[in-house]
Amino acid sequence: MAAEGSGIDPMHQFLVEPVMGHRLVMQGYDISFTNSALFMVITAALLWLFMLGGMQRKLVPGRWQAAVEGMTGFVQDMMKTNVGPEGKKFVPYIFSLFMFLLFANLVGLFPLAVVPGLHPFAVTSHISLTAILAFFSFGMVLVVGFWRHGLHFFSLFVPHGTPWYIAIIVTPIELMSFLVRPFSLGLRLFVAMTAGHILLDVFASFVVQGLNAGPGIGWVVSFFSFLMIVGVSALELLVAAIQAYVFALLTSLYLNDAVNLH
Amino acid sequence: MDLASAKVIGAGLAAIGIGMAAIGVGNVFGSFLDGALRNPGAADGQQGRLFIGFAAAELLGLIAFVVAILILFVVK
Repeated sequence: MAAEGSGIDPMHQFLVEPVMGHRLVMQGYDISFTNSALFMVITAALLWLFMLGGMQRKLVPGRWQAAVEGMTGFVQDMMKTNVGPEGKKFVPYIFSLFMFLLFANLVGLFPLAVVPGLHPFAVTSHISLTAILAFFSFGMVLVVGFWRHGLHFFSLFVPHGTPWYIAIIVTPIELMSFLVRPFSLGLRLFVAMTAGHILLDVFASFVVQGLNAGPGIGWVVSFFSFLMIVGVSALELLVAAIQAYVFALLTSLYLNDAVNLH
Repeated sequence: MDLASAKVIGAGLAAIGIGMAAIGVGNVFGSFLDGALRNPGAADGQQGRLFIGFAAAELLGLIAFVVAILILFVVK
């Protein structure tokens, strides 16, 4: 799949393959336990441990409890400012979403490959995961919107106080932008993580190929590529947190539309 | 021109869009800092809007990246 002659295959890291080495097929469906599933389980287990250590209800929180309370407080504040007092009902969903994506992004960046034979797998670099989460959010917006407002929910597409001749143009645009939301929400996270991992893989290949080229210009290339990896890794840590935050933030804004109708 | 060369050139042209998105993202954060340094008291309340603007600007660059990847790997 790589471009001819370069010897770099940055797409290989996204391959979903069975952990045990052979596929498990039942009724014509491939149900083998893949590396994607394994890293989702690892993410969930880490998240469970993180929450377990923090939910101690001490009056004076220790470090761990303070960390967990910091995260819950952060999500609670976000919902309060974006949705208002009614946003409290949605805090559990947004919190799970935010923490799962944050942990999945960070686990995908974990340098497991220093142990031979292992390599990390970023589950959020597949649209099959991010799109499902995005459609959860979108479905929740639809359910909440129609539950609370009935057919009045459609007034979301006509901005308040629009003259009818402008509404004819604006309503289809608003409808389109509403329908495109789950796709843009899922696509943003998936592409941001994919792009970052491709970038890291390409520079890592430069390091190895430069070293193999022997002393001289190859080692110089290797050295600067290594510096680049350090910089890009720091950037990717930032991107991992920002993308999880943006996903949760946009979900809360869409929920605000459903709860408050402009 | 054969298809392989055209694909690589097309992917390179699509990558220009990523640079344009970089300008947009820089503009979002630059304008935010511009305003935040004038009125630091109001800055914290606007962080949500900062990231909405960032997300919108970034999405368009990411779509350019998707187009480049599609041209490289999907077009036969």
